[in-house]
Amino acid sequence: MLVSMNWINDFVDLTNEDIPALIKRFTLATAEVEDIIYKGSDVKGVVVGKILTCEAHPNSKKLHLLTVDKGDEVVNVVCGAPNARAGITVALACDGGMVGGKPINKVTLAGYESCGMCCSEAELGLSTDHTGIIELPDSYKAGTPIEEVFPLNDIIFEVDNKSLTNRPDLWGHYGIAREFSALTGKPLKAIPTVNIGDFTSLPELSIKSTDEMLYRYVAVTAENITANIAPAYMRVRLFYCGLRSINLLADLTNYVMLELGQPMHAFDGRKVKSIEVKRFENPFEFTTLDGQKRNIENTNLMICTDNEPSAVAGVMGGLDSEIADDTTSLLLESACFDAAAIRRTSVKLGLRTDASARYEKSLDPENSLTAALRFIKLLVDICPETKITSRFTDLYLKKFDIPVITFDKPYIDRYTGIDIPSETIVKTLTSLGFDVKQSGDSFFVTVPSWRATKDVSIKADLVEEVTRVYGYDNFPIITARSPLFPVKPSVSKSDEHTIKDILARRFKLHEVHSYVWYDDKENKELKINPAPNLRVINAQTFDHSTLRSSMTPSLLYFINDNKNYASEFGIFEIGQVVKGIKDGKANEQKYLGIVITSRDKNDEAVIYKARDIADVLIRATRGISPEFINIKPEESYSHPKNTSEIFADGVAVGTIGIIHPTVKTAIDKKAHIAYLELNLIELAALATTKQSYNETSSYPGIDFDLTIPAASGTKYSDIKKAWTDNAPEHLKSVNLIDIYGEDDKNITVRMSFVSAERNLTMEEVSAHVNTITSRLSEMGIEIRK
Amino acid sequence: MNIEEIKKKLSDELTAADRSEMIEAAKVAFLGKKGHITSALAGLKSVSGEERKTLGQAINALKREAEALFEDKLSQLRELEEKALIEAAPVYDLSLPVGEKSGSLHPITLVSRECEAIFASMGFTIEEYSEITDDYNCFEALNIPKDHPARDMQDTYYLENGQLLKTHTSAAQNTIMRKYGANLEKGMPIRAIFPGRCFRNEATDACHENTFFQMEGVMVDRDISISNLIYFMKTMLSEVFERDVKVRLRPGFFPFVEPGFELDISCAICGGEGCPSCKNSGWLELCPCGMIHPNVLTAGGIDPEKYTGFAFGLGLTRLAMMKYGIKDIRDFNSGKLSNLTQFVH
Repeated sequence: MLVSMNWINDFVDLTNEDIPALIKRFTLATAEVEDIIYKGSDVKGVVVGKILTCEAHPNSKKLHLLTVDKGDEVVNVVCGAPNARAGITVALACDGGMVGGKPINKVTLAGYESCGMCCSEAELGLSTDHTGIIELPDSYKAGTPIEEVFPLNDIIFEVDNKSLTNRPDLWGHYGIAREFSALTGKPLKAIPTVNIGDFTSLPELSIKSTDEMLYRYVAVTAENITANIAPAYMRVRLFYCGLRSINLLADLTNYVMLELGQPMHAFDGRKVKSIEVKRFENPFEFTTLDGQKRNIENTNLMICTDNEPSAVAGVMGGLDSEIADDTTSLLLESACFDAAAIRRTSVKLGLRTDASARYEKSLDPENSLTAALRFIKLLVDICPETKITSRFTDLYLKKFDIPVITFDKPYIDRYTGIDIPSETIVKTLTSLGFDVKQSGDSFFVTVPSWRATKDVSIKADLVEEVTRVYGYDNFPIITARSPLFPVKPSVSKSDEHTIKDILARRFKLHEVHSYVWYDDKENKELKINPAPNLRVINAQTFDHSTLRSSMTPSLLYFINDNKNYASEFGIFEIGQVVKGIKDGKANEQKYLGIVITSRDKNDEAVIYKARDIADVLIRATRGISPEFINIKPEESYSHPKNTSEIFADGVAVGTIGIIHPTVKTAIDKKAHIAYLELNLIELAALATTKQSYNETSSYPGIDFDLTIPAASGTKYSDIKKAWTDNAPEHLKSVNLIDIYGEDDKNITVRMSFVSAERNLTMEEVSAHVNTITSRLSEMGIEIRK
Repeated sequence: MNIEEIKKKLSDELTAADRSEMIEAAKVAFLGKKGHITSALAGLKSVSGEERKTLGQAINALKREAEALFEDKLSQLRELEEKALIEAAPVYDLSLPVGEKSGSLHPITLVSRECEAIFASMGFTIEEYSEITDDYNCFEALNIPKDHPARDMQDTYYLENGQLLKTHTSAAQNTIMRKYGANLEKGMPIRAIFPGRCFRNEATDACHENTFFQMEGVMVDRDISISNLIYFMKTMLSEVFERDVKVRLRPGFFPFVEPGFELDISCAICGGEGCPSCKNSGWLELCPCGMIHPNVLTAGGIDPEKYTGFAFGLGLTRLAMMKYGIKDIRDFNSGKLSNLTQFVH
C-alpha cells in the first residue's frame, strides 16, 4: 500500500519530525516499508501562465506559437499540445526550471524561440494524462507557483501488503496516522465528519437482508451533485497512492477507502433506490463494471435493487448501476461483509480488487458508519449544492465481541526479559486506542473495535503491542538460564553424517538433491516404468505428480543429464520415498540411493564397487557384515539376473543391482551403471555390534593358500560354509587372494592359522586343511593337489 | 683350513667384495654355523694343552678381527650403494594433476551441518520428521484455521489420501512439543532444531523453488524471552557467517507466533551502508521467528501460563545462497554436477 505523508499530516502533526527516520521506525514497529519516493522534487520553476495569443506555426501542422503571461513578463512559447489556445490558464515551466528531472531552457524550435513549456498532467507527475496541456481554472493568477495549485511535494512510502495481512486497520491512512501518533507521542486528530443527528428527520431507505455473510450495511442518498471533478489535492493524493482519477463520486469512494480503509460503492441514484443483500439459488451471468461477464453462484453474495443484482458484494459493482458522467444523484454503500466469504468469491471470480483485498482482512463494521459520514462531509464541502435525501440508514446484523483482556506486569516481564515500566505500558496501549485500567500490577484492557475483528484477542497480542512500540532494538541480548543436558544425535542422524562422509571422502561420490516426485516424461524417455504410487493432486504439471517409491529413478535422471560430466562418476542422495499407503497414511521411508556409472570399466567392476560401498557403509554404521542374496527384481530399471537384496543380521535393508540394459541403453550405450538403495530406518533399527578386542597371538602363524574350483553358478557364500560352519580351531582368517577364469572360476584364498598359546606344527595345520577340503569334497568340490 | 689359509681367504674375499650382499654371504661363510672360523674353533677339540690355548686365542682374535672387518666393509659398501640409489633416483613431480577428483557434499548438507553443530553445542537436540504430514500438524496445530489468509501465502501440495507435503518445518512443532513437553516439569527445557525439506506449489524461477530446506528451531522453558531469541539467532548467525552479525527484529505476522518477527541481518555485501543486494536498506530479511503462540503451546500439551518459548524457521536454502553466493535457487535441485561438485568441504 502506498502512503502519503501529506495525508498522514492531516491527522497527526509531524512538523519538525525527521520523516525518513520516522518511516524507518515504522518498519521496525509496525510493518515493512519497501520504498520511499520523494514526489515533486523533480519539478521546479513551474508557475500558472495565461495564454494570450495562439498562432499556428508556419512550418508545422502540430506546433503552435504562443505568447504566455507568466506574471512578471510575457514570453514566447512553442507548444505542440492539441488543446493549446488563447485564453486558457496553464502550467508553465519557465526557462531555468525543471520538469520530470529534466531542465527547461530557452531553445529554438523549428526556427522560433521558446522560453518555456506548457505542461501536461503526466509531465508534472500528477496523472498519466498526456493528451494535452493542463487547463486550470481561470481564478488562478498568472505567476502563482504551481505548488499552490497542486500539492506536488510529498513523501510517499510503500508498505509491503503481506505485512499488513493481520492489520485491517492499517489499510487506510487514518490507521497509519494512529501508528505515527503512538510512535511520536503526537496526538491523533479526530476525523472530520458530518453529524448523523442532522439527518434523522430525513426518510429511511429500504435495506433488506438476513444473510449471515452481511455484517452491516449503511446507505445514504444524495441529489443535485453538480460538481463532477474532485479537487486537485484529492486527485494528486489518489494518483500518488496508485489510483486513477475517474469522476467526483468514484474518486470520493476511493479517497475514503484510502483514508479509512473502508471500501465504498456509489450507485447511480437514478437506478438504485433500495437495497437488498442476498444470494441467488441458481447460477447466472452478471456484468461487472469492468465490462466482464462473471458467473455468479449461490455462494456469492449480491447487492440487489428491486430483485435485480447491482453489485458483487465486497468485490465489484455492476456495469448498469455505475456512476456515469451525467449522474447527479447517488446511493452510497458503506458496508461490512464476512471476510472469508469475500475471499472465496474473489478467488472464485479471479477478481481481486482494492475492496476485496480489504474485506478479506476482516474489516471493522463500526467503521462503516464513520466512513459514510466522512464521505458526505467531503461531498458537501466540495459541492455545497448537494442535497442529502435520506437519513443514514443502518442495517447492523452482526457485531464483533469487544474483548477485555486482563494481564499483570510479570506476564509481560517474562516475555520481554526486561522491565518495561507500567507507565510505558499504559501510555503505549492508550496511544494505540486501547482503553486501559490499571490496578496495582494488573491491567484491564479493552480492545478498540478496529483491532477486535481477529487481530487482538489474548494477552500475548498485547505483549506485541507494547514491545513493538518500545522497540526491539532496545532489547538487551541475553542467553537463557535454562540448565544444560547432554545431547546425543539420533542413530539415524549420525548414520546420515557417517554415510555422507564415507561416500564423499572415501568413494568420491557426489551428493545431489532431487525431487520427491517422479518425472513421467523422463521415465518414458529412460524406459523406466514405476508402479503406480500415491500422487499429488494439484501438481503444476501432471507429469510431476507421482511420489517416488525409490530413489534410483531420480538419480538416473541426473546420470542422464550429466553423462558427459566424466567417464566415471557416482552420485548419491539421502531422502524420503513413499512405499504406498499404510493405514491411510503415506508409508514414508528414509532411503539412501547411490548410482555409479563408468564407460571405462564393465558391469562387473561397477556392481562390485557398489557391493563394496554397501559393505563399508553397513559395517561402519552397525558393525555388521552384510549378505547379498540374488533376487528377481521388481523394479523395471533393475537387471533381471544381477539384482540382490541386502541383508544385515538377517534383516532386509536394501537392494543392489546393475541397471537394466534397456534403461542403460536409453541413457548411454557405452556406460555400465549400478545402483544401491539402503533403507536407513531399517538400518538404524538394527542393534550395533559391540566393538570387541582380541589380543593378538605372540606366536607366529602359518598361512595356507587353497585354490578352490567354483563351477559357474556356485556361490562363494555356499563354499565358505566349509570353514565358517563349525570352524576349525586355530583358523584366524580367510582372505581372498585371486579369482581367475570366466564362467567356471578358480578362487584362491589364504587361510591363516595361529594359536594363542604355542607354535603350531605344520601337521596340525594340514589336518585342519584336510578337514576343510573333505567338507568341500562333500559339496562336490574337489581340490586339485 | 688352517688359520693362515683362513686369514688369506678372508683378506681375498674382503678385497674382492664390491656389493654388500657379498659381505653378507662371506659373513655366513666365515662366521656362520658351519663357517670357516666356527669350524676352526670346533677343531680345537682335537688339539690339546698349551697349543690349544694359543691356537684358541689366535682363532678368537681372528674371529673378532673378522667381525670388525666385515662391519667396516659392510658399512662402506652400504654407504656407496645408498649414494648410488639416491643418484639414480628420479625427482617426482607432485604438481602433476591428481588422478581422481574428490567427492562432494551438497551445499545444503554443509550449511545444515554447520547449524546443527552450533545448536547441538548449545544443548539443542536435532530432530527428524517426515516430509508428508497432515492438515492438523501443518496448519491446525499452528493456529492457522481454515480460511485463514495465511493459507494463501502457502500454496500447498495435497495428496490423494488427504495428506499433504509440509509447507514449512513448523509442521514438526507439535510433534516436538509432545515428545519433550513432559520433561518441562522435571526442569528440562525443550531445545530442538529440525532441518528438513519443505514444499510450496508454485512456479519456479531464479528466486522460487517448489522444494527447499528450512531449519525449525524451538525452545520452551519458564521465562524464555524475546531477549533470549535475539541471543540465539545472533550467536548462530555469527558462527555461520564467521563475523559479528548484527540482527534486528521487525514485526512480522505469522499465526503460530505472538509476537511474531521478521529477523533481518546486516548486509554482508555493503556492511549495512545500503547497496542493491539489500535494496539500499543495509539489511537482509532472513528468517521469520517469534514467541510461540499460546494456542500452539496448548495444542502441544504445554501450559502457556507456565511456559514461554520461541521458535524460528530459518531458510537453509536461502542461507546457503547467501553464504556461497548462489544466485539461482534452482541450482540446488538441478543435479548439475559441474556446479555441485565444487562443494568439497
